[in-house]
Amino acid sequence: MSKVITMIIKRLGLGILTLLLLSLLIFLSVEALPGDLAETILGQQATPENVAAIRKELGLDLPAYTRYINWLGGILQGDFGNSLALKKPISGLIAPRLQNTLFLTLYTACIAVPLALMLGMVASLFRNSFFDRISNTTALSAISMPEFFVGYVMIYFFALSGYFPSMANINPNTPFFDKLYLCFLPAVTLTLVVTAHMMRMTRAAIINVLALPYIEMANLKGVKPRRIIVHHALPNAVAPIVNVVALNLAYLVTGVVIVEIVFVFPGLGQLMVDGVKFRDVPVVQATALIFATAYVGLNLLADIISTITNPRLMRQR
Amino acid sequence: MKPAKSSSPKTKANTKAKNTAKADAKSDDILLQMRNIHIKGKSDETWIDIINGVDLELHRGEVLGLIGESGAGKSTLGLAAMGFCRDGCKITEGSISFDGMDLMQLDKNALRELRGRRIAYVAQSAAASFNPSHKLLDQFCEAPLIHNVMSRNKASKYAVDLYNRMNLPFPDVFGLRYPHEVSGGQLQRAMTAMALSCRPDLIIFDEPTTALDVTTQIEVLAAIKDIVKEFNTAAIYISHDLAVVAQMADRIKVLLKGDEVEQAPTEVMLKSPTEDYTKSLWAVREYTRKEQPAVKNETPIISIKGVTAGYHSSVDVLRDVSFDIHKRRTVAVVGESGSGKSTTARVVTGLLPPRIGTVEYQGEALPSSYQARSREQLRHIQMIYQMADTALNPKLRIRDLIARPARMYLGLTGKALDDRVRDLLRMIEMEPDQFIDRLPSELSGGQKQRIGIARAIAAEPTMIICDEVTSALDQLVAEGILKLLDRLQSELDLSYMFITHDLATVRAIADEVVVMKDGLVVEQGIKSKMFKPPHHPYTELLLGSVPEMDPKWLDKLLDSRGKDNLGDAAIAKMNDEGIS
Repeated sequence: MSKVITMIIKRLGLGILTLLLLSLLIFLSVEALPGDLAETILGQQATPENVAAIRKELGLDLPAYTRYINWLGGILQGDFGNSLALKKPISGLIAPRLQNTLFLTLYTACIAVPLALMLGMVASLFRNSFFDRISNTTALSAISMPEFFVGYVMIYFFALSGYFPSMANINPNTPFFDKLYLCFLPAVTLTLVVTAHMMRMTRAAIINVLALPYIEMANLKGVKPRRIIVHHALPNAVAPIVNVVALNLAYLVTGVVIVEIVFVFPGLGQLMVDGVKFRDVPVVQATALIFATAYVGLNLLADIISTITNPRLMRQR
Repeated sequence: MKPAKSSSPKTKANTKAKNTAKADAKSDDILLQMRNIHIKGKSDETWIDIINGVDLELHRGEVLGLIGESGAGKSTLGLAAMGFCRDGCKITEGSISFDGMDLMQLDKNALRELRGRRIAYVAQSAAASFNPSHKLLDQFCEAPLIHNVMSRNKASKYAVDLYNRMNLPFPDVFGLRYPHEVSGGQLQRAMTAMALSCRPDLIIFDEPTTALDVTTQIEVLAAIKDIVKEFNTAAIYISHDLAVVAQMADRIKVLLKGDEVEQAPTEVMLKSPTEDYTKSLWAVREYTRKEQPAVKNETPIISIKGVTAGYHSSVDVLRDVSFDIHKRRTVAVVGESGSGKSTTARVVTGLLPPRIGTVEYQGEALPSSYQARSREQLRHIQMIYQMADTALNPKLRIRDLIARPARMYLGLTGKALDDRVRDLLRMIEMEPDQFIDRLPSELSGGQKQRIGIARAIAAEPTMIICDEVTSALDQLVAEGILKLLDRLQSELDLSYMFITHDLATVRAIADEVVVMKDGLVVEQGIKSKMFKPPHHPYTELLLGSVPEMDPKWLDKLLDSRGKDNLGDAAIAKMNDEGIS
């Protein structure tokens, strides 16, 4: 057991190091953008005096490393600085949107992950059958269509007929079940986008395992095919599946801007796009860092899960 | 057969076994009857014959040995006895009747009911055939539970009982371990225990000891023999090793390329085989080359001096290893897996620089790493590998495979190179025009190994390290390789360092023997002395564990050594007494 704890601590340390490097990268790339922030803010009123005053106010006159350390120090205390466009603390802007995004992610994950695993297992059980081909083709078609297209098709079929709302305009005070109802179409749209990848990986990982001698052994013990898949193959296919699931969940946190726009969903993606549009550098930095954290965190989780489900790693001789 | 008679098979068979000899068992005693079995397998869109019309009959409580080389169809036939075919195979003709049921007519569910419950299977590699994700006990209990034979509680108790009988360590908690936490020999016994979990009428043993060291093999053999006798279980014992089958089987059937060659009771088969093929199988073990003249006082080709070596930061895998290899002589390095044989080879070739000690070539110390050795120094020491499959680049033609060392070390090009390649092919008895443009995948296992040899001698070395070069080959093919190596040695004045775990091979080709255990040389000397007592206790254990053709060999050995003084247990005892 202690070995696993050391492993987790090591991985956590590495994760934090990765995030530090990423924060530096984010900071430097924003720094490298052409143009002066103060001049942009002032626009036509950019007299040298005004610019100097703004620079001083924003702390832009300080050397880069001091600003980086100040920025990082602030973040560690939950302070992402102030939005330039809205003149409000960023943490206040981010909190409700992060909550929304996480809600939609979890909502989609709750539909997509079980669905993908089930479909993958059934497809591997009846591989090369009609069902296998149909589910594969459908999943691939779904992933091939652009998200906005899928979104509008959903709206056309389910919103115009009045079953579900086309706008998922939720806020933190919306009751839970109303949220589920409002977000149904975006969640289904995202499910269509992420299921194929996870399902195909589940199927492939299980079929890989099915060729191994211990599966033949299970057959020769008289184990039923369903039990062979669930009990004998799946536990040995966890590592690749979990990694693909983590990648797709990270995508749900970070890559859903288009779906957010189609359904007018107040999520983090829109916040970042707005930040870019208005040259609101601190907002862009903050959202980028949150996205990075989601990626690193989910992959870390995937590593830990694939380790603790593998007895050969858990109980080394 | 009437169903009423088969209702109480166990008790009936028990009394029968006591009262009557197996030879004159009556026809209603037949458990398994396979008639005119034809099995085809798919290879590149065409169906090829694997089994062409074999009959097989097995009485209750009888053990049938199936013997043959790889590709003879032993496993396929064994699995067919369970009504099972691997993917890409199908039974095209014949009937299989098990205890009055026609397995060919049963549907999937009915077959599944039989498997694990009435017919069980023990696979060659227990390490690969246990699910790595589940504990041994859970895997033991699976069949009794899914077949509703007994409760989980009862099955667990039965497991402990069987683990105990199989001499497994700490039987009470043995099952709580995962497969990777126990040794290969223990795992193979655990698999036999698992096969017995539903008290089947028939067990198929598919080469259950082939992957094991000799001292481990004997533990497993003893356990299997004991338990099969005690439960009066019928068994089909598949192996390519005659001596092993001789210990286990009441009757032996010889297969060759899907056909039955002959069948007879074990004693008869061993004493007087009728078919030429069977005789040739028997004769392989008698090959020995002529004794080489003893070494005079000359500088050895290779001298390993006080080598201690290990990988990364781990413990020393070799400890103070020293021995010499003289010109035109073969030094066999013997030992079980993990004894340090291959590591010694890595030190000699410079792949693993030793921590202490040196390797001398004709009296001069070689740089410890191959990177620091001159091309000439590298040329003198060549290597042949166990797995010819993986040692040959699958994308290169035979011409290029053999030409490369000749070009690299000897600078041959053009016509001279081509002539040299053709000469080399003739030396390994392969017709140049026929083989020179083939890919390795177009060769048989033995031919691939010959190409490995040609590639080694293409560099015109003085010494060749042969790392288990015959272990992956069938006996007849292996014999051919040994004869070839012997001939090349006298023609080219070669010295061999011959790494092997197989003492029969040692007997056949060695001049000198080095016995290794846990990274130490426990005994060394010329062959004739090594095979005569007195021995170092470990050498004695090693020699004593090699099965002999005498069917009574195992019983005699068990009587003389005792059941608890075999394999791991004997080695542990030795270690306790401080012998090493």
